[in-house]
Amino acid sequence: MKTDQEPLAARFARLEDECRKRVQAKTSSHVPVISIGMATCGLAAGAQETKTAFEDILREKGIVARIENVGCLGHCYAEPLVIIENPGFPPIAYHEVTPGKARALVRAFLEDGDPLFEYVLGAMEENELIPAVNDFPRFQLEKRVVMELSGTIDPADLDAYIAAGGYGALAKALDLQPEEVTRLVLESGLRGRGGAGFPTGLKWQGARSSHQKERYVICNADEGDPGAYMDRTILESNPHQVLEGLAICAYAVGASRAIIYVRAEYPLAVSMMSKAIVQAKDYGILGDSVLGSPFQLEGTVFQGSGAFVCGEETALIQSIQGRRGMPQHRPPYPVQSGLWGKPTVINNVKTLASVPPIVKRGSDWYRSVGSVRSPGTAIFSVVGKVIHPGLVEIPMGTSLRTLIFNICGGPPRQKAFKAVQIGGPSGGCLPESFLDTPVDFDSLTQAGAMMGSGGMVVMDEDSCMVNVARYFLEFTQKESCGKCTFCRIGTRHLLNILDRITRGEGAEGDLETLEVLSLDIKEGSLCGLGKTAPNPILTSLLYFRDEYEAHIREKRCPALMCRTLTAFYIDLDRCARGCDACVGSCPVEAIFTTKGRKKAVDQNLCVKCGECVAACPAEYDAVRKVSPPDRAPIIERPED
Amino acid sequence: MNDVAKLPEEEGMLEDIVGQLMEFPKSRDSLIPVLQMIQHRHSYLSPQAIESVAAHLQLSISEIYGVATFYNQFRFHPPGKHQIKVCLGTACHVVGGDIILENFERKLGIRDGETTPDREFGLERVACVGCCALAPVAVVDETTHGHMAPSKVEGLLLGFQIMKDQAERENRTRDEN
Repeated sequence: MKTDQEPLAARFARLEDECRKRVQAKTSSHVPVISIGMATCGLAAGAQETKTAFEDILREKGIVARIENVGCLGHCYAEPLVIIENPGFPPIAYHEVTPGKARALVRAFLEDGDPLFEYVLGAMEENELIPAVNDFPRFQLEKRVVMELSGTIDPADLDAYIAAGGYGALAKALDLQPEEVTRLVLESGLRGRGGAGFPTGLKWQGARSSHQKERYVICNADEGDPGAYMDRTILESNPHQVLEGLAICAYAVGASRAIIYVRAEYPLAVSMMSKAIVQAKDYGILGDSVLGSPFQLEGTVFQGSGAFVCGEETALIQSIQGRRGMPQHRPPYPVQSGLWGKPTVINNVKTLASVPPIVKRGSDWYRSVGSVRSPGTAIFSVVGKVIHPGLVEIPMGTSLRTLIFNICGGPPRQKAFKAVQIGGPSGGCLPESFLDTPVDFDSLTQAGAMMGSGGMVVMDEDSCMVNVARYFLEFTQKESCGKCTFCRIGTRHLLNILDRITRGEGAEGDLETLEVLSLDIKEGSLCGLGKTAPNPILTSLLYFRDEYEAHIREKRCPALMCRTLTAFYIDLDRCARGCDACVGSCPVEAIFTTKGRKKAVDQNLCVKCGECVAACPAEYDAVRKVSPPDRAPIIERPED
Repeated sequence: MNDVAKLPEEEGMLEDIVGQLMEFPKSRDSLIPVLQMIQHRHSYLSPQAIESVAAHLQLSISEIYGVATFYNQFRFHPPGKHQIKVCLGTACHVVGGDIILENFERKLGIRDGETTPDREFGLERVACVGCCALAPVAVVDETTHGHMAPSKVEGLLLGFQIMKDQAERENRTRDEN
């Protein structure tokens, strides 16, 4: 075996060396480098405009600088995020760089050497001039395994990935026997990041032990939770790490075809991954002889078409085969009989992206990160009422409190924390008393939520739990494929009941019906969608029953969120005579002038959008919101 | 469908689709990629397009509708010139994304999933466009508008109206010259 092994390692070392040289040739030219985060979130915040502004002003000033497109660091609150490496200075990250700031930075920093401290987020390395980002809790408490290179390298540049150590794990794996690779993953304790937490190594073993020789591996990037976007970010920011993990998986399983199933709603991720596959073929990483070994692998991208249920593995397979994405009975499991009846391993993006670091650094290292039963890191998209929303990668076992308050800053405007919804439409709401729960597969499931997709929505005192449960139910009800009666009709009934409650038409007995029906749906459904769809209701009923009861008995929404149960009115004692700031803001012309030349709201026209609250000058602060709506005084519109 | 004007670009649509179909193998696995190709090139799946797919893949028309209607991605009506997508992801919902959608519906006089009769605007709801930090969000054509408010809805639509009026005025002066 010795003679076979040498060439592969040596050949890869040569490739690595070539890539390093090419990257060095680009970086050592002593020109400033401006890295702009150009993943979807950055683009949405205006990164393209910022980039154009940089290009224009550089041209205008005649300054030579290299603009690099990078992926996403996960700091959504700071987008567009720009890192400037100006020779003589440490690399500095700037937040919310608008075109105006871009021009100012070129003029002040690149021309005159003033780093404009007022726009600085932090320095990317320790130095004496500027506080380093690593000193901030957000960076300090994070542990980057999957997103290590996200936001620091150009995702479309394979050289950069290889120069940073990429594909080294694949080269190492190819030197091992497939069984050894599987054992390594099994020993690392890696569990599926798609939500359920099934041991990845066991899945691989299952497919490997099949007597069928034709096998498939699929990367599941059909991220459907309406509040989770880490899979997309990883594919957009570092597609090669996923591809490398997939290639290692294929080698371990003995598959010669790999498919990446990406949602069509993620056009940038689709194009990044397609590009990555072409590049990998050019470099001999995919194809007839992977890195010069006898192992063959072909990779393709399949675009999903927007069905939440296709995240379920049997439904995903149906969809690739050109059918309605309806889940199938398990067993047989896909590892026994999957795509076209062949053994198929389906792993989530984060699972696969965790594989290269495991192979590179060993299973003991991986076990040293995270908790005993859930080793490694977890990625959450923390959104909703927090000061610093974004993607956070933390070691498993970190407490919810650390994640929400220390890393993401807690609710803005000193509002009180009320609940956190974890796991999207399949997860549950946890109240404040659970804030010390460690984040891992088992603890979250025990608390009634679940890891799920990793979507995390933080809610403050202004969020109505009934309304949020209704929102998720509306989603799952629409996405139910219709195969199982309980899921198809049961979720519709749940939604109807919740609809009534949020409209103030709830009746005694509704809560009991919700509970019974929820349990029946969980029992009577085939796939994860139906089995978990009632979770948002069950947990909110458990922890926030009083809110449901206020809606039903008092026709009152305690959080003032349900629109039928609230009303706006203008406090005439505070309203300033002659001021008409609110009048123009009203989209339905519901605000009129009273006989006393103050303003009042016509309750029949008001759509309760809250624009008048924002428009009313702070010194008057005259607009009030109340629930139930009959608490608002009725003021007649004067006849013209 | 009779009340909707036929656009000039629709004339060559069917020939283009039939031409493109030759690129795809005649197997069931091609079905979703084929439908995606048609929607990508022509923005929607017309009944004639579905018929030609059925003929190519030797599947029944109902079978194809069965698959196509299952997935949210596929559209069966032509979209508007300006396509407005209102995000109703979780983060947007918590801060009132439905109020934004409702405002567009009211101003345009259509419901989500519909197109104005003059085909100027189409309105749809989407689940998370992935910029939760900017919630509530609306995507108009390719531009993402963050921190939406009902007054911004009016501003956006007014902006399009002004542009349209201006273009018409310019056309008129050009014609007169």
